[in-house]
Amino acid sequence: MEGLFTDVFLGSLLFGAVTAGVPLLLSGLGEQISEKAGVLNIGIEGMMLMGAYAGFATAYQTESFALGFLAGGLAGLAAAAVMAALCVVLSMNQIVVGIAITLGGEGLTALLHHFQFSRSYPRLGRADTLAIPGLSDLPVVGTAFFDRNPLVYGAVLLAIAMVWVFRRTHIGLNLQAAGDKPAALDAAGVSVTLTRSLAVLSTGFLSGLGGAYMSTIGGGLFLPFMTGGAGFIAIVLAMLARGKPMWVLFGAFLFGGSLSLTTALQVAGVNIPTDVIQMLPFAMVILVLIVFARNSYLPPALGSPYHRGAR
Amino acid sequence: MDASTASPKDIAISLSGITKRFPGVLANDRISLTFRHGEVHALLGENGAGKSTLISIIAGMQQPDEGTIAVGGETVRLSSPRHALKLGIGTVYQHVLLVPSLTVLENLMLGSPWWRRCDPKRVLPRYRELSKLLSVNLDPDALVGRLSLGEQQQVEIMRALWHGERALILDEPTSMLTPEGVRELAAVVRRLRDHGVAVIFITHKLREAYELADHISVLRLGRVVGELPKQRLTAMTEKQVIDDVIAMMFGRDNLSKDAEAALVGVASDHDDVQPVDRSGPPALTLRDVSTTGQFGECPLRGVTFDVWPGEILGIAGVDGNGQKHLAEVLAGQRPVSGGSIILNGEDVTRLGVPARRMRGVRYITDERLGEGTAAAHSVSVNLVLKETGKPPFWWKGLTRWGVIHGHARGQIKAHDVRTPSEHAPIGKLSGGNIQKVLLARELSPDAKLVIFNKPTYGLDLQSTKLARERIRRGAGAENAALIVISTELDELMEVSHRIAVMDRGELRGIVDNRKGAETEIGLLMTGARGPLHA
Amino acid sequence: MAEALLRLMRILVPVVLALIVGGLILLAFGKDPLAYYGYVVKRGLLSGTGPQSSITRMAPLLLIAAGLIVAFRAGLWNLGVDGQFLLAAVCVAALAPPLARYLPSALVFLACFLVAVLVSASWSFIPAYLKARHGINEIISSLMMSFLGVSLANVLVKIPFSDPSTTVPQTETLAVADRFSRLGDTTIHWGVLLAVAAVIAVHYVMERTSLGLRLQIVGSNPRAAKHAGLNLELLTIVAFAVSAGLAGLGGAVEVLGVRGTIQADWNPAYGILVIPLVFLARYNGYGVIGFVFFFAVLMIGGESAARRLAVPHYFVLVLVALLMLFLALTEFLDQNWRRRKAG
Repeated sequence: MEGLFTDVFLGSLLFGAVTAGVPLLLSGLGEQISEKAGVLNIGIEGMMLMGAYAGFATAYQTESFALGFLAGGLAGLAAAAVMAALCVVLSMNQIVVGIAITLGGEGLTALLHHFQFSRSYPRLGRADTLAIPGLSDLPVVGTAFFDRNPLVYGAVLLAIAMVWVFRRTHIGLNLQAAGDKPAALDAAGVSVTLTRSLAVLSTGFLSGLGGAYMSTIGGGLFLPFMTGGAGFIAIVLAMLARGKPMWVLFGAFLFGGSLSLTTALQVAGVNIPTDVIQMLPFAMVILVLIVFARNSYLPPALGSPYHRGAR
Repeated sequence: MDASTASPKDIAISLSGITKRFPGVLANDRISLTFRHGEVHALLGENGAGKSTLISIIAGMQQPDEGTIAVGGETVRLSSPRHALKLGIGTVYQHVLLVPSLTVLENLMLGSPWWRRCDPKRVLPRYRELSKLLSVNLDPDALVGRLSLGEQQQVEIMRALWHGERALILDEPTSMLTPEGVRELAAVVRRLRDHGVAVIFITHKLREAYELADHISVLRLGRVVGELPKQRLTAMTEKQVIDDVIAMMFGRDNLSKDAEAALVGVASDHDDVQPVDRSGPPALTLRDVSTTGQFGECPLRGVTFDVWPGEILGIAGVDGNGQKHLAEVLAGQRPVSGGSIILNGEDVTRLGVPARRMRGVRYITDERLGEGTAAAHSVSVNLVLKETGKPPFWWKGLTRWGVIHGHARGQIKAHDVRTPSEHAPIGKLSGGNIQKVLLARELSPDAKLVIFNKPTYGLDLQSTKLARERIRRGAGAENAALIVISTELDELMEVSHRIAVMDRGELRGIVDNRKGAETEIGLLMTGARGPLHA
Repeated sequence: MAEALLRLMRILVPVVLALIVGGLILLAFGKDPLAYYGYVVKRGLLSGTGPQSSITRMAPLLLIAAGLIVAFRAGLWNLGVDGQFLLAAVCVAALAPPLARYLPSALVFLACFLVAVLVSASWSFIPAYLKARHGINEIISSLMMSFLGVSLANVLVKIPFSDPSTTVPQTETLAVADRFSRLGDTTIHWGVLLAVAAVIAVHYVMERTSLGLRLQIVGSNPRAAKHAGLNLELLTIVAFAVSAGLAGLGGAVEVLGVRGTIQADWNPAYGILVIPLVFLARYNGYGVIGFVFFFAVLMIGGESAARRLAVPHYFVLVLVALLMLFLALTEFLDQNWRRRKAG
């Protein structure tokens, strides 16, 4: 047990927390956008997987991580387009379509992987990191926080940017109105359909990006169902963050830590069975849900489609 | 402006042959109307006459099936609300369409192109301009959710006039206001009219139309059945206007006193209201009852009153001042956070809905479809909704469908419910028929306390008249205590023995229903405190 | 007549569309869809032990479906069925062999059923309580419990319930003689009959009892339920418990009838796959039986095809997703068409 409080353990834990947290952060921010606009997007797990596969396959073919990220984002966007078309434009049941997208994403990516990579199981090389001068030399936190892939910094900046967008731009106002009282937005002459569709598409792009990071940077490979529930954790993050992106940042890091605990413990020489550790993130989610039951705030118009002048 | 020399320039909006159909109903039937600048034009008609549909067409929310609209002399197709706004046609709906979690200024900024930075400074000049025009003073950074309904309406009017002041449409604007609020609104309307705006407002209250309008158009069943233009209106007394409108709507002889009263918004005298015997103990006592509420709700705060057997107590007040909580607390749907409720000598505070029902409590909710009935289920099921598991409809948990359907058929016949059959999903019935089902279900001879929440809201004249009559006659029960919650003061004055006023969750006072009560009630609504007994 | 035809279409159209698009996907991967579907039908339905395997496979699926009918009718998304199923299965797998040494079969089965229902029902308590008391969306909470349950089941198999005598981590195997007996000389065990009975029983409770009607009202309009004096909190928890209990029974039946043991990292995820079938059948018990049969054939045939034609069983996931999408689409179009006709 002495290995638990060493620099090695801490460093490994923090490093892993960021690695596992970035996909949660990106997906969580994406889901927050959807939820603010009043759409409950259950298909995030599928969108992340699509992004993970597309990102991996593209990075493998083109040997460019940047293209991999882009491809991942676009794949997630494509899946989200299905949700936008069916749930926002056609007002179909968001939950049924969301589950379908998740299952479809799981199956499709598993199939694709099987037919393309199951013989060779290729891995990607390590990606370049961007070291922030000075800070990256700090002990323990230096490598964990300040010597990472640029996308990590981008994700954190995105969270900060979203705080500003939500509060001080028209986009933020429209999103808030779409989720709080869509009829008011419609009366103001703004298309509720368009606002919600764009929100859903953003969610898809960000989730796909998160998935791409997971496969290309996090693991260097793609495995069927590799997201392992991360998409659903992201949904919980968004629900509990009550519309504040910084809470998503904090929560993503926290849950990322619990997800990476296995590796960190192994590095520290502590021998707790992996399966027990794997229970930790989900147990944490349940605990958080129970403790903060009263505090989760969801926009009133969440999950209900908007019909102008419905009779 | 002299109407006899009105030129085309004075015409703000002109409708020609507007027709709109919905499944099973002809909402607007070849309507042709002209709305002029500097004129307050009232659209008068009962519920279901087609006023709201017409308004939504002018506001760009819906498209007419036939007919043309001309704005400022040019024929246009109002393709969207945004388009209508750009043409200077603003609409204020009956239910506030503002985002509660945004500030006043943010709500006003809603609708600007998304690429523009959200800059309050850009918006403030226009805000001040409109505030001056309306003579209104609000904090631009206040959260809309915290404003009073009257203040929210003022913001709505500002929003409607933001892009232009050609025409302002008000849909039943006074339904949610206190008498004081109504006076303030009238002042605003006159200022706008004098400024040259074409004001159009919808109402089903003739008195209101008479007081505010320069021109009255009467709608019935989707058609314009008559108009009272400015020249004629200024020369007529109120009584003459009433007679004329009623003649237009029904023909002079066809209308009974009650329907006339309902239309005019004036309480008429009735002989069928029995005097109350207060010699015995009260049927219902509330002592210091309080509740807790969530965001947006208005909880009760120390409510105390008595109701005697056979008495009809009206609960007046602007919507959202605790009436809903009061109804739910009486029915047993909501727990109290303090205080006690005593029904016929028994403390029922801790009892739930089924137990209270057994003791004779009946509750007719205002949300007929959302709460009073399960829309997807049949009329039969809804008629026994509160008796699940009980005989004769159930036997040891097993459903006896034959008995349930038979019972339904009987009730449908007895209460003249218009439905294809007892199996039809109740959501498909009209509002009036759903109300009949609710009344059939709740009202029984053994009821001891009946709570009516907005019993005639949204109903046509006929159903309204029937409902009020039933209430006045004691709802068919032997000496039951009746509580009638309503936002229409004239309705309460028509049926109640005494009227209580609710404001912000508190009971401000109770007034005997006699001459001069209206003034007293108006005073209580503005915040004065009154006696709790006559 | 036209109404019956329409109802048939509403069921057939999504199925056919899903099969067609699925076939296109197979083509894109260079596989012959007709060969695949043909093989599936042959292996699952027509030849040799195929049909018997399919019918046997129906047992756990039907029990889970019965549980889903209860949940969905009550308006609850019990997505935790997989966790509930697996945990119950693992507990039964651990309990049965030692019990079978001392007790007669009937008592062993009874005890196992009891344990299965208790385990799975209690596993549903947290999401049920969160929903009933705090209005927390049960989709997320039940899903999390499912992930948690699957992990916990794994831990149990690998550590406390592990059979030391095997190299692969799994529970002690229940001897074939101690499992459910077969019907006649088929490989079908009587658990299938139990499952069919459960579905029919659920159907009748929903349609013909006061409890069923109350659950339906809660599901279609919770506010009306409150208004009618129904105890929403209690009904929510009861509905969840019954739903989970049935899923748990499915786990018990799978162990006692077919597997005799649970291996580590085994998660067939039957629950999620059964969801669209329950929708397709519009919660009707008899319809569910029909669709589950069709799906069991697909699964058995698909498992064979995975070995023979190198089309992995992931394809079934895709088919299920397509089925759900086309089902939702057909429903939507149908409602639109009806509304237009009425106008």
